[in-house]
Amino acid sequence: MYQLHFEIILDYIPAILAGLWITIKISLLSILFGTVIGVAGALAKTSSKTILVVLANIYVEWIRNTPLLIQILFIYFGLGMFFNLSPMIASVAALSIFSGAYITEIIRSGIQAVPKGQTEAALSIGMTEFQTMLLVVMPQAIRRILPPLAGQFITLIKDSSLVSVIAMADLTYVAKNIVTNTFRAFEVWLAIAVFYFALSFVLSLAVRKLERSMAKSD
Amino acid sequence: MINVVNVYKNYSNHQALKGVSMHINKGEVVVILGPSGSGKSTLLRSINGLEDIQSGEIYVDGISVHQSKKNLYQVRQSTGMVFQQFNLFSHKTVLENITMGPIHVQKKKRAEVEIAARLLLEKVGLPGKENSYPAQLSGGQQQRVAIARSLAMHPHVMLFDEPTSALDPELIKEVLEVMSALAAEGMTMIVVTHEMGFARKVADRIIFMDEGMIVEEAPTEVFFSNPQEDRTKQFLSRILI
Repeated sequence: MYQLHFEIILDYIPAILAGLWITIKISLLSILFGTVIGVAGALAKTSSKTILVVLANIYVEWIRNTPLLIQILFIYFGLGMFFNLSPMIASVAALSIFSGAYITEIIRSGIQAVPKGQTEAALSIGMTEFQTMLLVVMPQAIRRILPPLAGQFITLIKDSSLVSVIAMADLTYVAKNIVTNTFRAFEVWLAIAVFYFALSFVLSLAVRKLERSMAKSD
Repeated sequence: MINVVNVYKNYSNHQALKGVSMHINKGEVVVILGPSGSGKSTLLRSINGLEDIQSGEIYVDGISVHQSKKNLYQVRQSTGMVFQQFNLFSHKTVLENITMGPIHVQKKKRAEVEIAARLLLEKVGLPGKENSYPAQLSGGQQQRVAIARSLAMHPHVMLFDEPTSALDPELIKEVLEVMSALAAEGMTMIVVTHEMGFARKVADRIIFMDEGMIVEEAPTEVFFSNPQEDRTKQFLSRILI
């Protein structure tokens, strides 16, 4: 009978924390770049220039219809044939490009959900299209899309565990090593799951708080 | 002040404006009447470029509205627009709604703009509502804020696109009173409305449109007492009880 020995995890706390930090770093960077890509993609998709719409559509459909694992392997090993990419750069690139496609769709839906009258009112007082987007449409769009956006960010944190396949020393990679050394699969994977849960849960609580503070004008 | 010259406007499946020409003088209050689908809103919206046009020219203060982006932005600053659905910026307070244009478009200082905005709020009968959000106001109050938002830009002309059509009957009067006061101050106004009482009392001139064309235009008294065209008579007989 398998005896539980959770105390073994204590010996590996420094390694786990190092992995946790890598996971946080990769996630935050990918959220940042993914959002930048998402804003650009959404502006392209809602623009009046057909070429931008088509390019954005190809990007979104390609990314959403191929597995993330393949995208990670392609960027690290495939593009690695041409460029010298560190696991860190490859990881952040893959996760940013991946989440950017979903964020594009989320932001696009938010922009299109803002009533047309808001844009017309902004234009009618002489705002440029850029000012209208920045000062009137985007702030309202972001409020509407906060819940799905937070969901996407949390998905990204969890999906980041896939980068362990390219030897990125994140939480999952560290856990694999600990299991190899100790054969304590049950304890280690359960503990690692708790870390992921804590990370995701803290983020969703933060977003919920942000949502409430933004809801004051409703 | 405003010159509309032979304007045509097509939507994909129908012609909204078929060669409309009109002239509005400074200080004039003109009401555009007509059945729905007659092109009156389209005409109004093409004056500040919210609708593009296929041919013809529209001049505001001598500037050709549809000639360039630069002209468009310039004309919009001097042309106030009030919408049927108010269209207040829902994420901004009343005060911010009014000050956004002067601050971001005219690059004025916040402090002086806010003083002016408070005076405008008093003018439209809403002192003390500075920090309310649009959703906390009644339709009539929202529309009065929308008028104040337009006035904050010091427009030379105000365009009203069915400003009371979305309001509960008991809220219409408060908006019409603000508009009447504006007219009395000498503001140039073009008003698309179904409020015949307002048209009769406040308008200097009535333009009657049907099927994308101007059917008849006349000074208000003449228009109501002695309409010339059959289509106008028919319309008036249906609308006046």
